[in-house]
Amino acid sequence: MAITKLHEIHDRRRSRNVGLGLVLGLFVALLMGLTVVKVTVLDPARAAQEVSR
Amino acid sequence: MTDVTISLEGGRQDSREAGFGDYFALLKPRVMSLVVFTAFAGLIVAPGGLHPFLGFFAILCIAIGGGASGALNMWYDSDIDRVMRRTQSRPIPAGRVSREEALGLGLTLSAFAVIMLWLATNVIAAGLLAFTIFFYVVVYTMWLKRATPQNIVIGGAAGAFPPMIGWAAVTGDVTLSSVLMFMLIFMWTPPHFWSLALFMNADYDKAKVPMLTVTHGKRATRNHILVYTILLAGFAAAMFATPLAGWTYLVVAVVMNALFVRGAITLWKRDEDEAEADGYKAEKAFFKLSLAYTFLHFMALMVDKALFSFGIGGPF
Repeated sequence: MAITKLHEIHDRRRSRNVGLGLVLGLFVALLMGLTVVKVTVLDPARAAQEVSR
Repeated sequence: MTDVTISLEGGRQDSREAGFGDYFALLKPRVMSLVVFTAFAGLIVAPGGLHPFLGFFAILCIAIGGGASGALNMWYDSDIDRVMRRTQSRPIPAGRVSREEALGLGLTLSAFAVIMLWLATNVIAAGLLAFTIFFYVVVYTMWLKRATPQNIVIGGAAGAFPPMIGWAAVTGDVTLSSVLMFMLIFMWTPPHFWSLALFMNADYDKAKVPMLTVTHGKRATRNHILVYTILLAGFAAAMFATPLAGWTYLVVAVVMNALFVRGAITLWKRDEDEAEADGYKAEKAFFKLSLAYTFLHFMALMVDKALFSFGIGGPF
């Protein structure tokens, strides 16, 4: 039988799930940014090489 | 956990389930803000440059490392936290997060922060962050906090590392300038916390933490505050021997150290009867002043760095 009445515990659980989702999304974005900066900005020669290929 | 387990286990389990905010609270966000600020200052005043994204990434890693230390501290100290009124509402004593969860979160975030800082900057910064976490959790929390009334002095070292890490993230080394920034926070911590302990004594007493006010009394604490404040002024002045200090720092250092030493002398002259009579007014004022002290010193260093870059002023 489906639970129809929402309890405060569901809010807390949702906050955990949404929070974890945001943290993971942020982690992916940070790694992406770190990779871009390390590969291109900090090593322009390599970046130019990659573009010319 | 499913909805079925809730209905089987009833209300007790229901009230214990944590929200995202409870896990965030394990990271001691207020302490983290000081870590972020001083690490940022170290990073800004360091010679050379760091890509803004890497700078942001480094600060984030230092903040996460500091937060992880906080979670590990709450894991180990949950018995004390249960007793002290100030800490009773923390996630573990309140029953919203288990000790095992705090341990897992602390260890995972520690490893994450150190490895990512290494990848983003250099091994010196990452090594310093790893040592800071180890020092705060093992040396301070597990070993000396419950063993000696000098616990605050030792714990202060852990809080003093962030500007040094910020500096190392840019330069990849440890120099006199970064050591002096470390000393500024290291020597500031005892007067800051002992002034708090003067009017929060009952709590530490109840938890049987050997705070100086409990083991040696408030008279000895007042003496210690004065000595450390004078030593602190010496280290603040020593900053003039580095290329970091300019006119802004000169003004801030002179004014703030004069006020701080004067406050420490006021505390030293007072006795308990006097303090109780006015509700620890001078002690509370000294504690508030201590908050401004660190903030303004590091702000001044950053302002001077900005002025130097525009060709205004220069190091002494």
